[in-house]
Amino acid sequence: MKPYDILIVGGGVIGTAVARELSKYKIKIALLEKEVELAFGVSKSNSGIIHPGTQTPPRSLKGRLCLAGNRLLRSWAQELGVHFKEVGELIVAFREEERAVLQRIQQDAESLGVLGLKIVDRAWLAEHEPNLNPEVKAALYAPSAGIVSPYRLVYDLAENAQQNGVDLFLQHPVSAIRPGRGYFEVVSSGSTVFRARVVINAAGLYADEVARLVGIQDIVIHPRKGEEYLLDKKRENLTRHLLFPLPTPTSKGILIIKSSDGNPIIGPTAEPAQSKEDLGTTDAGLAKILASVQKMVPTIQRRDIIAYFAGLRPVAGDDFIIRHEAALPGFINVAGIQSPGLTAAPAIALMVRDLVRTSGLTLAPKRRFQRHRKPSVHLFSRPLSSARALVRKDPAYGDIVCRCELVSAREIRDAIQRGARTLDGIKFRTRAQAGRCHGGFCTTRIMKILAEELGQPPEALTKRGPGSEIIAKSRDHDPA
Amino acid sequence: MKKRLTCIACPQSCLLEAEVEDNRVRSISGNKCPQGEIYARQEIENPLRVLTTTVRSPGLEVKLIPVRTDRPLPKHRLQEAIQAAHKIKITRPVRAGDVLADNFLSLQVKLIATRTAK
Amino acid sequence: MTRPDLVIVGAGPAGMAAALAARDQGVRDILLLERDQHLGGILNQCIHPGFGLHQFKQDYTGPEFADQYIREVEAAPEITVSLRTFAARFAPDKTLTCLRPGRVDAIRARAVIFATGCRERTREMIPIPGTRPAGVFPAGLAQKMMNLEGLLPGRTVVIAGSGDIGLIMARRLTLEGARVQAVIELQAESRGLARNVVQCLEDFSIPLHCRHRITRIHGQNRVEKVSVAAVDDDLRDRPGTAFDIPCDTVLISVGLIPENELLEMAGAAMDLKANTPVVRELGVTSLPGVFVAGNAGNIYDLVDSVTRDSERVGQKAEAYLRGVA
Ligand SMILES: Cc1cc2nc3c(=O)[nH]c(=O)nc-3n(C[C@H](O)[C@H](O)[C@H](O)COP(=O)(O)OP(=O)(O)OC[C@H]3O[C@@H](n4cnc5c(N)ncnc54)[C@H](O)[C@@H]3O)c2cc1C
Repeated sequence: MKPYDILIVGGGVIGTAVARELSKYKIKIALLEKEVELAFGVSKSNSGIIHPGTQTPPRSLKGRLCLAGNRLLRSWAQELGVHFKEVGELIVAFREEERAVLQRIQQDAESLGVLGLKIVDRAWLAEHEPNLNPEVKAALYAPSAGIVSPYRLVYDLAENAQQNGVDLFLQHPVSAIRPGRGYFEVVSSGSTVFRARVVINAAGLYADEVARLVGIQDIVIHPRKGEEYLLDKKRENLTRHLLFPLPTPTSKGILIIKSSDGNPIIGPTAEPAQSKEDLGTTDAGLAKILASVQKMVPTIQRRDIIAYFAGLRPVAGDDFIIRHEAALPGFINVAGIQSPGLTAAPAIALMVRDLVRTSGLTLAPKRRFQRHRKPSVHLFSRPLSSARALVRKDPAYGDIVCRCELVSAREIRDAIQRGARTLDGIKFRTRAQAGRCHGGFCTTRIMKILAEELGQPPEALTKRGPGSEIIAKSRDHDPA
Repeated sequence: MKKRLTCIACPQSCLLEAEVEDNRVRSISGNKCPQGEIYARQEIENPLRVLTTTVRSPGLEVKLIPVRTDRPLPKHRLQEAIQAAHKIKITRPVRAGDVLADNFLSLQVKLIATRTAK
Repeated sequence: MTRPDLVIVGAGPAGMAAALAARDQGVRDILLLERDQHLGGILNQCIHPGFGLHQFKQDYTGPEFADQYIREVEAAPEITVSLRTFAARFAPDKTLTCLRPGRVDAIRARAVIFATGCRERTREMIPIPGTRPAGVFPAGLAQKMMNLEGLLPGRTVVIAGSGDIGLIMARRLTLEGARVQAVIELQAESRGLARNVVQCLEDFSIPLHCRHRITRIHGQNRVEKVSVAAVDDDLRDRPGTAFDIPCDTVLISVGLIPENELLEMAGAAMDLKANTPVVRELGVTSLPGVFVAGNAGNIYDLVDSVTRDSERVGQKAEAYLRGVA
């Protein structure tokens, strides 16, 4: 029996943001994640946009948390050493009549509290967004939109939470929760039992299933699929802003996104998914996306695409569900965290902190909270001149493993020491294999480093956890 | 019995038709040159293939040394030959061309290293 | 800052042949940069025969063909070889920024030959829809795993593309104990040599489905199957022809792309569709004193033609150096 004050279920951006926030207080916290690594759920496959608040109904919870999150994320990013860039967004209108729609979006967003909005005309657009289709008549400009690397945010949140005492349990799916008097017993991986006074359900797509473990039936998650396609980094300067079409009733539409790694992203679609594992992309999805973004920026070509993925939005009604269950004191649900959940994460963490207080747990601030995290080093994000100093410090920075993205052996080892266990985990942390050759050149080298650092044979290595072994057999074991 | 096969003696890739009896070629048609006939006879009566694979080389600068046979061997023994090669281990430096097995599988073919490694 | 007369980036057959030819013409200070730990480039993993029939009148394997050049390069005092050296940046003034373990160097050459080879087209470039499980490999990566690392990538395999690399991998996998279920080819016939169709597919009764495409990859964690459909002459799916093939591995062998990101970085005129520099004549890029050789210049079928042409590029580099001297 492992005793904790707080147990968080789910290691996505919500679970880790909550863990980091609560690690400021004198309490014992555990975070349980079913996958081999953090950020392998919804938080790995999204657009990475820190929304300004133009896309959410003004009186909704998600609207309020989006705005607050957008503001908070700036200081969080700085403390954690996560790269956040304020690039601004443009919602574009092709017809003069649509100006009225832009004005309505502006009014709604302003009533929510979004600052700096303005409607810009053709001349402004020609100067500030040169590749935009000249037929765009006007756009709503929201300067406070930004971008972040979603998975690196999660890893850095978790690392900082761990620095401040949070215990992390990976490959720990929660399978049963038994309410006791003033505490919960949480069963994971068949036999391990945790005990905690407060349980926070941040299980993303599976938050309804976790809620059902304690008999809560009114949360039902309908996954909505979004396919996204990444373009070659050579097209980094395709646009200067995030480009949005006019929104439809169900979605923000298909966007042209700047990513913090440099590759533009086009997408996402918004279609009901077959299941919570339905992560396939489709010919139809690609065709739809291309047609739609080429309308905004005609120079985008199919051959610019170097990668793609599909993500599932955990939709449970129109809004986020964030509540302390009065009938089950100590149980807090954070469910239905669809877009803009990434943006809202820091604000959600504060809201959950307040709910924890309501539940009766005393939160006394730690005297020594370590606010800052030592940033990871990425060669690709620096000018090469500064690489010289790095290489002098550690020769392995000069040992390039991934040539497309310029990732060194030292960064790969560093990623593993910080928790990477799989090829995908290394990719998300370092970008190795994320470039145009897609690991064609570097996969075997990364496997060697991974095998060495983890002390595992090559056939035990996986792409993203058990069942995704990379190879079938190694000759190392052939009889002599 | 008729057998059809593509001649690979040159890039013309003639489509050959052979009349075969008891695994012997009686006649050939479709070939544009005499090479076709030689190829078809060999390929039907006693098909031969050069084997290329790798042998392990623990301790050398590369994990595996590529090898080949100096002459082709009967096609139906390729699989067996691969298995035998898998059992070989080299621990001393080799040069491309070094003979690793003289009478490999008693087939009167040599197994030759095709890469130099220290 | 070192300032050699001629820097050659890439020590595969093209780079080595160019270096030797430039040396033969009298260039005395040649620096040959190679990212890998060994000379030879892609030939090291091409352990099958079929190399050198023109150049050497011999049926060599890839490593044997490479060995002819490696021995000469290693013996040449005019050629300095720098292994594990990655050229990361190239500026219009012909300065290369190179990283290797423990060092970052700026190298300003009087002439440069890019012999950087090519990369494989990926699943993502076709693009094949579906999930993204483990078990989807570019064919060349699978070849490297098997022939250099002794790793068997999978047990039941479908190969997309019937060029020579795809065919050769079909045989290689079969001989090493995997089962190749099928080769799927979009075109009306194999793009590989007849000899390879016979000896790599027919020898092992591996079906070749021409005018077909993989329409979807299935599997959560590891590949479970692919869906395949026949296509018409305009490459559109033919209704009612779809079927599934169970497999745990998909090899992608659908062509090669020249690697010229460094040339592009320095502003050389590029043919962006082919990803090659625009050349006035063989090997001569739009940047004075900057040349391209081998598969970086265009994709060759035969290594014999690569070394033949690369020798000419090496000679042109020498002529350029003589002209500006
Ligand atoms: C296509 C797409 C684009 C998006 N774009 C944006 C955007 O640009 N900006 C933005 O702000 N938002 C965006 N979002 C929304 C954002 O990605 C999500 O709101 C956010 O990632 C949700 O995080 P989470 O932590 O709730 O979920 P997850 O990241 O899914 O985390 C939940 C975790 O719980 C684990 N878990 C589940 N069940 C159990 C169990 N029983 N025991 C233990 N662990 C369990 C899961 O494995 C998972 O790791 C997008 C979403 C999608 C799908």
